Amino acid sequence: MTSADPIIVETTERIFRDLADPQAINSADDDAWRAPLWTALEEAGLTVAWLDDALGGGGASIADGFAIARVSGTYAAPVPLAETLLAAWLLGRGGIEAPTGRMTVAPTRTKDRIVLDADGRLVGSVHQVPWASASDHMALIAAQADKNVVALVETGACSVIAGTNLAADPRDEVRFDGVTPLKTAPAPEGLGERGLRLMGAAARSLQMTSALEAILDLSVDYAGERVAFERKISKFQAVQHELAKLASETAAAMAASGSAAKAIGDAEAFDDRTFMEVASTKVRVGEAAREGAAIAHQVHGAIGFTEEYVLHRFTRRLWSWQDDFGSESVWAAEIGKMICAGGPDQLWATITAA
Amino acid sequence: MAKSIEFDALGLPPEAESLRGEVREFLDAEIAAGNINPNNAGGRGSFDRAFSKRVGAKGWIGMTWPKQYGGHERSYLERYVVNEEFLAAGAPTQAHFVADRQSGPILLQHAPEEIKADILPRITRGECTFCIGMSEPDSGSDLFAAKTKADKVEQGWRINGRKVWTSYAHQSDYMIALFRTAPPTKENRRHGLTQFLVDMKKPGITVSPIPFMTGGHEFNEVVFDDAMLPDNSVLGEIDGAWKQATSELAYERSGPERFLETYQVLVELIGALGDKPDLRGAEGVGRLVAQLNSLRRMSISVAGMLAAGKEPVLEASIVKDLGTNWEQALPAKARDLAAFADVEPSNRPNFQDVIDHATMIAPKLTIQGGTREILRGIIARGLGLR
Ligand SMILES: Cc1cc2nc3c(=O)[nH]c(=O)nc-3n(C[C@H](O)[C@H](O)[C@H](O)COP(=O)(O)OP(=O)(O)OC[C@H]3O[C@@H](n4cnc5c(N)ncnc54)[C@H](O)[C@@H]3O)c2cc1C
Repeated sequence: MTSADPIIVETTERIFRDLADPQAINSADDDAWRAPLWTALEEAGLTVAWLDDALGGGGASIADGFAIARVSGTYAAPVPLAETLLAAWLLGRGGIEAPTGRMTVAPTRTKDRIVLDADGRLVGSVHQVPWASASDHMALIAAQADKNVVALVETGACSVIAGTNLAADPRDEVRFDGVTPLKTAPAPEGLGERGLRLMGAAARSLQMTSALEAILDLSVDYAGERVAFERKISKFQAVQHELAKLASETAAAMAASGSAAKAIGDAEAFDDRTFMEVASTKVRVGEAAREGAAIAHQVHGAIGFTEEYVLHRFTRRLWSWQDDFGSESVWAAEIGKMICAGGPDQLWATITAA
Repeated sequence: MAKSIEFDALGLPPEAESLRGEVREFLDAEIAAGNINPNNAGGRGSFDRAFSKRVGAKGWIGMTWPKQYGGHERSYLERYVVNEEFLAAGAPTQAHFVADRQSGPILLQHAPEEIKADILPRITRGECTFCIGMSEPDSGSDLFAAKTKADKVEQGWRINGRKVWTSYAHQSDYMIALFRTAPPTKENRRHGLTQFLVDMKKPGITVSPIPFMTGGHEFNEVVFDDAMLPDNSVLGEIDGAWKQATSELAYERSGPERFLETYQVLVELIGALGDKPDLRGAEGVGRLVAQLNSLRRMSISVAGMLAAGKEPVLEASIVKDLGTNWEQALPAKARDLAAFADVEPSNRPNFQDVIDHATMIAPKLTIQGGTREILRGIIARGLGLR
């Protein structure tokens, strides 16, 4: 895989730093920051980076798109950037031109299925779709007979039952009830709902990794400032060891999510090897999120439990992102079934295959 | 802080992957000849000089060292592949493992030329075994409390004192030891220790076994009673061993031996659960495999940094802490996950034996080579907390 274009990374960083400082957003009285942030991301071509130039996208590499997602996590991305990126990517797989505006993808959960019926209408419902209620369009994987199709649908044409995750970001139910998509195209061979979930899981894992880095930095800084018993709390060995564990969990997330992005960048298709790498990543990063968020809160004491302090912008997203595009439990069971079906003698070959 | 930690995604290069095929062929032949018991996968590989010589003949000891000293100038990533394949197969590597991982690189850096020319080629041929003489009765985690003395005399150095927990001292040709050559100073309590090369055949050295709780014999007590060492056995700076230790740690702490020592438990668990496990078993296995996969990614990433000439001490400590905790917890998790599986004696005869063994050796995994608490202290230092 080629590594990410530094200009894209810098541009993304600059926009978020200037327009989405987590502390400033946390203290803001209203949503006025939201529109300028989105406009800047859109104008820089970042939202549809993964779509071919010819289809109205940025023509960026897989590595570039994942790098954008990685940066967005550092700022606890309060906008559907990863979702729009994923939607543009999916549309691109079907050769469909991307509309402007916010987008999201579905299905994102194992049990949700969308069917395109013989009359070209969408049937089914999907749950906990990230940012659906705030999106203009959705890119879908739907089953038509025994084939998969990519479909572009206007969100306004569907019934959306709004909900939120525990970070107060939209997680919505969407019912299709016979809606006719704006466009459909056959999905490429080997790309189905699992492929979409893997792509989403990799993007989310990268965002989670950055959020873990952010809470590690916040916690180390805080421990170096806060005084108790006439010492900085960072001088207590118990605190040092908890922070060391947080650093190790963050490191595990870095290694895992980096290799998931690389696996997808290098892969021809969403085959078993890509599955192993990406599914393992979502499991491991989810576990790191759980352990890491708990440590960060413990080190912060009461201040970390307030609305005013910025920590919750990251920890609440870490908790909810665990569920997106497959939780640890869901992916682990899929991995375990595959490994057990292969039997004990196949284990080492599978682990070393990637 | 986060920015000081680096774990770049790294694939193994094609030459490493083609080497894997060669290594597997070699191991298959050894298994077929009855030289390896596959049920020993992980840390049960034993001490077998004849095996080490065959490995040396393949060019798989001292792989990264200069050709001048019998090395092969291959990359750390190729060495990584050989290492993990041997571990997963349960190969009896103990007669060359320490020399290959630790002692050889120390000699390369710090030994006088004539010593390097003599000993390093013998290590690469699998003919020369090493042990590590650091711990003493009153000096474990706190290495700088070591008391065993080396006094400068006319004929060289005279050694008096006692090392303990010295793995395989009874089988080793040489030891690399830490001796006190001067008292610590007020400003620097780490001052005054020197690394030495000890020829274990010298008079005045007595090795006696300290049996493990499992009954095995790896530990020894090594007593020095006016043992004499020549001048050229000093490795590096006199009184300055503390400056030499750091870079070694990265090699010593980040390899796959830091998470594969109980690997066979996972293999047996999968056998015990069968090809259609219950959901609990499937999820449990999936988590373990995902965790193992990420450890392997981390370890490969560190090998890549070593290959690039970096000193990833913080990253290596992270790999060892996460890795040893994982391999330590594995037997208990496997026991839980297999609780409702149909573990018939005919199904997988080794399940219980492997779990029992791993359960008993589990405690040592987070002690040997630097305890969990010491590692977390190093990580905390890397974060700027100490
Ligand atoms: C299987 C095995 C093989 C070994 N082989 C060798 C060998 O070949 N050569 C050799 O020289 N040594 C060897 N050792 C010894 C090993 O290096 C020591 O056991 C290890 O360094 C710990 O020292 P200790 O046992 O004296 O424990 P101690 O240092 O006494 O530690 C006891 C407990 O106190 C904790 N502790 C100590 N200091 C601190 C601190 N500052 N902060 C917080 N907690 C602390 C430790 O983490 C540990 O939990 C081996 C050990 C084992 C288990």
